[in-house]
Amino acid sequence: MADIAIRAVRKSYGKTPTLHGIDLAFASGEFVVILGPSGCGKSTLLRMIAGLEEITAGEIAINGRVVNRLEPRERGCAMVFQNYALYPHMTVAGNIGYALKVAGVPKAERLRRIEETARIVGLVDYLDRKPAALSGGQRQRVAMARAIIREPSVFLFDEPLSNLDAKLRVTMRAEIRKLHQRLSATSIFVTHDQVEAMTLADKLVVMNKGVVEQVGQPLDIYHRPASIFVASFIGSPAMNLFDAHISVDDACLAFGGTKVAIDKALAARLGERHVTVGIRPEQCVVTSEARGISMKVDFVEELGSGRVVHSELDGHPFAACVDEETLVRPGDRIALELPLAHLHVFDRETGRRIELEFEPRSGRSATKRQMLEAV
Amino acid sequence: MIQRTPFANALTYGVMIFGFLLLIGPFVVIVSGASQTFQQVNSIPFSFLPQDRLLENMSAAWTRASLGTAMLNSFVMASLVTVGKVALSALTAFAIVFFRTPLKGFFFWMVFITLMLPLEVRVVPTYAVAADLFQPVRLLISAVTGFEVSVDWNLLNSYAGLTLPLIATATGTFLYRQFYLTLPDELAEAARMDGSGPIRFFIDMLLPLSRTNMLALTTIMFVYGWNQYLWPLLMVTDPQYKTTMMSLVALLPSDNGTPDWNVTLAGSLIIMLPPLVVVAVLQRWFVRGLVATEK
Repeated sequence: MADIAIRAVRKSYGKTPTLHGIDLAFASGEFVVILGPSGCGKSTLLRMIAGLEEITAGEIAINGRVVNRLEPRERGCAMVFQNYALYPHMTVAGNIGYALKVAGVPKAERLRRIEETARIVGLVDYLDRKPAALSGGQRQRVAMARAIIREPSVFLFDEPLSNLDAKLRVTMRAEIRKLHQRLSATSIFVTHDQVEAMTLADKLVVMNKGVVEQVGQPLDIYHRPASIFVASFIGSPAMNLFDAHISVDDACLAFGGTKVAIDKALAARLGERHVTVGIRPEQCVVTSEARGISMKVDFVEELGSGRVVHSELDGHPFAACVDEETLVRPGDRIALELPLAHLHVFDRETGRRIELEFEPRSGRSATKRQMLEAV
Repeated sequence: MIQRTPFANALTYGVMIFGFLLLIGPFVVIVSGASQTFQQVNSIPFSFLPQDRLLENMSAAWTRASLGTAMLNSFVMASLVTVGKVALSALTAFAIVFFRTPLKGFFFWMVFITLMLPLEVRVVPTYAVAADLFQPVRLLISAVTGFEVSVDWNLLNSYAGLTLPLIATATGTFLYRQFYLTLPDELAEAARMDGSGPIRFFIDMLLPLSRTNMLALTTIMFVYGWNQYLWPLLMVTDPQYKTTMMSLVALLPSDNGTPDWNVTLAGSLIIMLPPLVVVAVLQRWFVRGLVATEK
């Protein structure tokens, strides 16, 4: 159990900066997921916590102790690698027990703990095998057992599920979550898969291009993405984003040949400007021609439990989730209502979120619930 | 071959048999000649049939060229070269691949460049160094103080002199470097996370993983060390340190002596045996290591 503080941490390779000042704090026992596209610096950050990369500037503290100058073994972290990095010439037991062997734990004690750890991950029957004779999921378990046996205060996972097939990934995801509940060590999990991130995280960190875009609980981030990047990265199918114009005189948000009326005071506060507006496909509502925006259906994706309708709005691709009963075919027209409560508005220059509520902290206020329909 | 026609098959076999005869031919001559009497070996045409005089000829060769000491010397030399070379290359490659130092590239190229300088090319300067190891220090002292210090320190007529120059070459380092580069970085990182330092990592991970590599290098180096001729010829004047390749000369019939080629051939057969045994024994491990590659 340990809390982690990351203060103004930077990383450059030669003259190329990859991390531009990261500030994060993780509470003890938290399951943190760092999410971002490849090359965003998430793995670098994890490796810096582990001690495998040098810290160019700033400091990292584990349990209040600055670890910048400490060797990996002195930091109390254990890491699960993407390709597992098992020792190919050692048996499963040898792999799991290697850290103890290095630490000079007596053999009897070591064997007892290997057995105990193997039981947690369900590998007792495979202790004599070499990694080459194991399946992907079993190798993954060995890698986890190797981390568990050290009784670390911090678990680090570097995209540990991305080498597994889709079904196994779901199983292992659940197992990692269960393991965390059982051991309750602070865990940091790096991934580019937003489903993994949403399902596993107590706290989600979204990174892009070497900066932290947003930190928060998964649902908060889903409901209130702080930037266009976060909005488009979280959620599947991805959020629809299109251009709109805020008109102060008409007190409305104009897009797609329609106008959505907004509160006068709000319009005055935001001012006359062009913005980017987003709405999640699952929050579009199918309605009548008179009330909604009419769009031509380009193609339809069947999901079984429903379908995703793809069309276009103002030249931007637009997806909407509809239920099983709504039968549409390519070429049909569909009318969609975009409820104001579910609209996300972003500044077009900075990409940051613009709050539509008067008082962002007051939760879902009355103004937001005023669903004003298309004119 | 993609196409399988009778003609193509016949051609393939023809080429293969031709190559086989070319390789095995001299060996057949040695074996049959070594087992024949003086008269038989000198009769024309030469008979390729082995006879029953092999052991007699061998013992004659053994005493004439005093192969006992020579074999021992060669064995010690080849073993020292092998062990030294494997140890040195494993360690130098370890330093080059796994450590981040500013001069890493420089050192690698310095080692690499010696690939282009085999012993035969630098034999004269190497001999000069081996014959007078104290020379650089002496030059330095005389340059600084003006004194001439006379210290006689050389490697002539010693096992060190026979082996050291053969150990310090780049081939093995290069082989090991290529092998280390195939190991994923995560392996070293995982070991670091498990608390193992560099030496521990070398012993626990790299040595067992490079077993195949090591056996291949051992095979090559033992044969290489055993077959050295030029260097022992230069370094050794004392018959106590003679190697087999040098005593082979003593077995050759002299210009006006009796042409007893049967004894010469029996001697060379004895000299050929140890590397043959090493290759035969290690090849089994070597092939097994290659077949059962672990990912």
